[in-house]
Amino acid sequence: MIPLSWYLIFSAALFSIGLFGVLARKNVIGMLMGVELMLNAVNINLLAFWSYLYAGVNGLVFVAIVFVAAAAEVAVGLALIISIYRRKRTVVPDEVDGLRG
Amino acid sequence: MSGMQIVFLVAAAITLVSAVLVVTLRRTMSSALLLVLTLLGVSVLFVLLQAQFFAVVQVLIYIGAVATLILFVVMLTRSVMDTSEPQVHKNWWLAALVSLVVFVALVVTLSSWQAFPQVQRAIPADSGENLAALGKALVDPNGFALPFEVASILLVATMIGAVYIASERKGEE
Amino acid sequence: MQTFLSDPVTAITIWLQTLLFSWGIPAVWVQLIMIIIGSLIVCAGAMFFVLFLIWYERKVIGRVQDRFGPNRLGPFGIFQTIADMLKIFTKEHITPLGADKIPYNLAPVLIMGAVLMMWAVIPLSKTTVGADLDVGILYLVAIGGLGELGVIMAGWGSNNKYSMLAAFRALAVLISYEVPMVLTMLIPVMLSGSMSLNGIIAAQNVWYIAAAPLAAAIFFISQIAEVGRAPFDVTEAESELVAGYNTEYSGLKFGMFYVADFLHAFTAALVFAVLFLGGWRGPGAEQIPIVGFFYLFLKTMLVHFVGVLIRASVPRFRVDQMMALNWKFFTPVSVMLVILISLVDKAAALSQEIWRSLLIFAVNGVVFLVSFRLLDIFTTRKERPSVVTRQLPVAVGAPQRRNPESGVSS
Repeated sequence: MIPLSWYLIFSAALFSIGLFGVLARKNVIGMLMGVELMLNAVNINLLAFWSYLYAGVNGLVFVAIVFVAAAAEVAVGLALIISIYRRKRTVVPDEVDGLRG
Repeated sequence: MSGMQIVFLVAAAITLVSAVLVVTLRRTMSSALLLVLTLLGVSVLFVLLQAQFFAVVQVLIYIGAVATLILFVVMLTRSVMDTSEPQVHKNWWLAALVSLVVFVALVVTLSSWQAFPQVQRAIPADSGENLAALGKALVDPNGFALPFEVASILLVATMIGAVYIASERKGEE
Repeated sequence: MQTFLSDPVTAITIWLQTLLFSWGIPAVWVQLIMIIIGSLIVCAGAMFFVLFLIWYERKVIGRVQDRFGPNRLGPFGIFQTIADMLKIFTKEHITPLGADKIPYNLAPVLIMGAVLMMWAVIPLSKTTVGADLDVGILYLVAIGGLGELGVIMAGWGSNNKYSMLAAFRALAVLISYEVPMVLTMLIPVMLSGSMSLNGIIAAQNVWYIAAAPLAAAIFFISQIAEVGRAPFDVTEAESELVAGYNTEYSGLKFGMFYVADFLHAFTAALVFAVLFLGGWRGPGAEQIPIVGFFYLFLKTMLVHFVGVLIRASVPRFRVDQMMALNWKFFTPVSVMLVILISLVDKAAALSQEIWRSLLIFAVNGVVFLVSFRLLDIFTTRKERPSVVTRQLPVAVGAPQRRNPESGVSS
C-alpha cells in the first residue's frame, strides 16, 4: 500500500534536516540533537529495506547496533558537555578555544 | 488513498515539521521537547513498517534515555542559554544549501533505482520481526556475535568514560 | 449462558461484534470500534476504581496512625473521595507567570496517560487482555519513560525553582531505579522464555516469588521508587521542596497528578502480581476465566496493601542515601543475580519444574547471604579514636578577670 519511495524520501528529508542542525547550530546540544535526527533517518532506511527487500535478520542487527551507538554517543557527548560547562560556563563550541595558539 | 497511507502522511508531516523546529527554534528546551515528538513520529513509522519491537525500543531508548538525558542537560545548562540572539551561525544559509543539495542528490540517486517505487513487502503481512531469530543471530558465532560483543564493549567503555568525564574530581580548581 | 457467566468479557465482545457485523459495518471499522470501546472501558474503569483506592489508602494510613481516616460522608466515609473530586472540579485553574504554556498543560495529561497506557498489555484474566504484545515487558518500561517526560515538563513548565529542583531529583531517581527494576524484570523473562505478559503467567507453574524471592524484593522496592511514594518520595519532600514538581498546579490539573499517583501505585502492584505472583492463575481459573480476574485482584490488593503499610510506617530517605542504596547495593546485586541465574539454569538444564525452582531459590539465597554479609562488612562503623581531651577547652580571647598579673581585662 505504501510504496518504499515514501519512506526513502522521508528519511532523506529527516537526514538533511539533521545535517542542517549539525552544521548551523551554535549550541553543542543543538548539534547533538541534529545527530540524533540523522541516526533516526538511518534507522528508518534500514527498517524500510528490511521490510520491503530482505526480510532476514541482518537489517535488524544493524538497527540494533545503531541504537547502541546512539545511546553511547549521547552518554559520552552529554558527559563532555557537562564537564565543559563546569569549567568554562559555556555550551558553544566556538568559545572553547583554549588550545588556539 | 488507504488508511495506512493517511496515517503515514500525517505521522511523516508531524515528524518533519517538528524536526525542522528542532533545528531552528531559539529556545533549546523547546527544541528538546519537540525532539521527543519527532522521535515518537519515527516510532509510528516503525509500526507502519511492521517493526513493532523496534518501535517499542525506539520509545524506550530514544525517548526514555536519549531525549531524557538531553532534557536533563538542557535544564542543567539553562543559565548560559541565551535566547536573545539567533542560535545558528551567521552563514547558516550555507548549511541550508548543503543540506538541500544532499537531499536533492539522495532523492535523485534513489529515484533512478529500480526498487524505488516498490509496493510489495518482503515480510508477510501481520507479522513483526522474528525476535527469536534476531536473538539467535546476535549470539551466533557465524552470525553477529563479534559485532554484538564489540557493541557491548562500546557500552562498557562509554559507561566508564561518561562516569570519569562527568565526575567532579577533588582538588581541581 | 454458561459462557456468559464464566467469561463475560469474551461473551460480550462476541455479541457486540456480531451485532456490528449484522449492521453491515466493514470488518476494519468493527475492529477499530471494538478497540476504542475496550480502551474507553479500561480507562473509565481505572479512573472510577481510583475513587475507591484513594479512600482505601487514606483509611489504611489513618488506622496505622491511630486515626479514623475519612469517616464523615457515607458509610465509613466511602464517598469522601467523590466530594473531594467535586471540589477539585470547581477550583480555579491558575497558570503561573512566565510558565511555558504547552509543557505546563501537557504534563498532567502525559503522566496520567502513561499510567493508563500500562493497562493495555496487562492480562486481567485468561481471555481478557488489551493487546498481548510479544514485547509486553519492554512496553511497560518504555511507557514508564513517558511518565518521566511528564515530570520534566511539569518541572520546567511551571517556572518555579522548587518544581525544577524536584524534577531534577525525580529524573535522577527514576533513571537510576529503572536499572535494577529492568534487571530484575529480566528474571521472569528468562525463567519463562517469553516477553509477553500472558506468556510469563502461563509459565508460572511455580510462582516466581517462590523461585526468586530476592529478585522479587528488589523489583518491589524499585517499583516503590519508580512510583515515587514514601519512603522514596524525595521528589515531593514537602519539608524541602514545597510539594514537588506539581507545586504550581491547581484544580483539575493537580487532580490529575494526584489520581495518577494513586493509580500508578496500584498499577505497579498489578505488574508485580503478574510477574511474580502468577497473575490470574489459581485453582479453577483455567476453566472459568472470571475467577482468574478475582485471583488477580486479590493478589494485587495484597501487594498494594504491603506498599501502603510501608508508605505509612517508614520514614523518608535522603536523596543521596537513596542513590547510594541503588547504585551501591541494588544494581550490583541484581546484575549478579541475573548472571548467576542464567548460568546456573543453563548449566543444570533441569527439566523438572520443581527442581529448577529450588535451584534458582538456592541461587537467590546464596546471593542474598553473600550480599548482606558484604553489606555488613562495608557498613560497619569503625571505632574512632576518642577526641575528648582532659582539659576543658578555654575560649580564646575570653576575659581573664581572675588573673591578677594581666591587670587589664579585655
